[in-house]
Amino acid sequence: MVLLSIQNSTLAIAAALTGIGLVALALWLAGLISPRSFNPQKGEAYECGIPTRGESMAQFKVGYYLFAILFLMFDVECVFLFPWAVRVKALGGAGLVSIAIFFIILVLGLVYAWRKGALEWK
Amino acid sequence: MFDFSLFTNWIHNLLSSFMPEWLTVTTECVLIGVALLLTYSLLALFYIYFERKICAAFQCRLGPNRVGPMGLLQSFADMFKMLIKELISLNHTDKFLFALAPYLVILASMLAFAVLPWGNGLQIIDFNIGIFFLIAVSSIGVLGILLAGWSSNNKFTLIGALRSGAQMVSYELSIGLSVLTMVVFAGSMSVGDIVEAQNNLWFIFSGHIPAIIAFIIYLIAGTAETNRGPFDLPEAESELTAGYHTEYSGIHFGFFYLAEYLNLFIVSGVATLLFFGGWMPLHFPGWDGFNAIMDYIPGVVWFIGKAIAISFIIIWFKWTFPRLRIDQMLSLEWKYLLPINLFNLVLMVLIVVYGIHL
Repeated sequence: MVLLSIQNSTLAIAAALTGIGLVALALWLAGLISPRSFNPQKGEAYECGIPTRGESMAQFKVGYYLFAILFLMFDVECVFLFPWAVRVKALGGAGLVSIAIFFIILVLGLVYAWRKGALEWK
Repeated sequence: MFDFSLFTNWIHNLLSSFMPEWLTVTTECVLIGVALLLTYSLLALFYIYFERKICAAFQCRLGPNRVGPMGLLQSFADMFKMLIKELISLNHTDKFLFALAPYLVILASMLAFAVLPWGNGLQIIDFNIGIFFLIAVSSIGVLGILLAGWSSNNKFTLIGALRSGAQMVSYELSIGLSVLTMVVFAGSMSVGDIVEAQNNLWFIFSGHIPAIIAFIIYLIAGTAETNRGPFDLPEAESELTAGYHTEYSGIHFGFFYLAEYLNLFIVSGVATLLFFGGWMPLHFPGWDGFNAIMDYIPGVVWFIGKAIAISFIIIWFKWTFPRLRIDQMLSLEWKYLLPINLFNLVLMVLIVVYGIHL
């Protein structure tokens, strides 16, 4: 099935370097052929023609953090479920019971977040 | 079926006949890199053309039709236009993060792209945790988008990046869980094994009802993950100009554009791999004659054909549903898709462990 008798990790590094290479190559090419002109107006942030007021790297709505934390919880759940998912048939009933306990605790977590109103966008 | 590894082994033997081993591996890695680079950029250019033509057809327009026959060279012309545009450097940006963001976005989609199975023996990375690796690397893209929005020091980009971040992390959960459902069914995380397991029948047919539910959820989450269709509020033109890449110019913007279209292909490719057999031709158990005829169509054609068909559905969504508000989008994921997905996973486990047929 594999393309060549090279180790997968080597190939992954090769693919990553290709991605970086694509960006670097295109930027180099663009740097060679693109024009350069200076105008102080160009450095301004884009905003409907009016100068920007204040910093834009500012505080933002806390709701985004809340969803990020919820995501973290369920993503870690996914990470723990994957190894079990591969062996689900071999582990059978006993594995099912132990994963069910884990699963129920996480569903309770979702129910708790829901009841607390963490899923509402206010 | 033609086994592509015959060809690659021939190259390997040819190279190793006159080269030491380390040089052979390096040369092969360079060859693979060049092949990846070409496929990646050509496919992205094709997808841009494809989407524009389809959007035009939905709106009773002609779409690009001036550059080349049927406008086929339009996206090449666009690429050259982007290359010859000035890369504007802004005053108040975080220079390092601003430059880093396109690298991360392209890196994520390139690594995910390398995992896809293109044909028999035509797969670059085949980890035994392949599909897990794919989910892991594709989530690097969120980082790139968040950095792009934050470092631009612009209000539009900040809001666009935050919306995009919230959306992508939320829907990643649904993608992860529907992939998990199919991993339970396939009993393996290796991309090659998952494709092999569909030799007799594709998972969408053999996976009973949970596979169909998982496919629908995957399709919705995949549309959201690529920031498309009804979920395009991170770059809602009417309110945020262009969202997180507003401040990027020239080819810098081109990278985000490229990655966006390639992510569409990757999402469709993974759907193909999990539900429609990857490069595996359409087989039905018992229909030997039919199966033999289907084997004559090469795997690459099957894979690309199925991926494009799924992409077409995703593009179709864009012209069917109106854009969602952010609270609607988050409640769709957390209050509907996630509970359904968890329930669906339990159903699939019952089918696999106890053999209950629904």
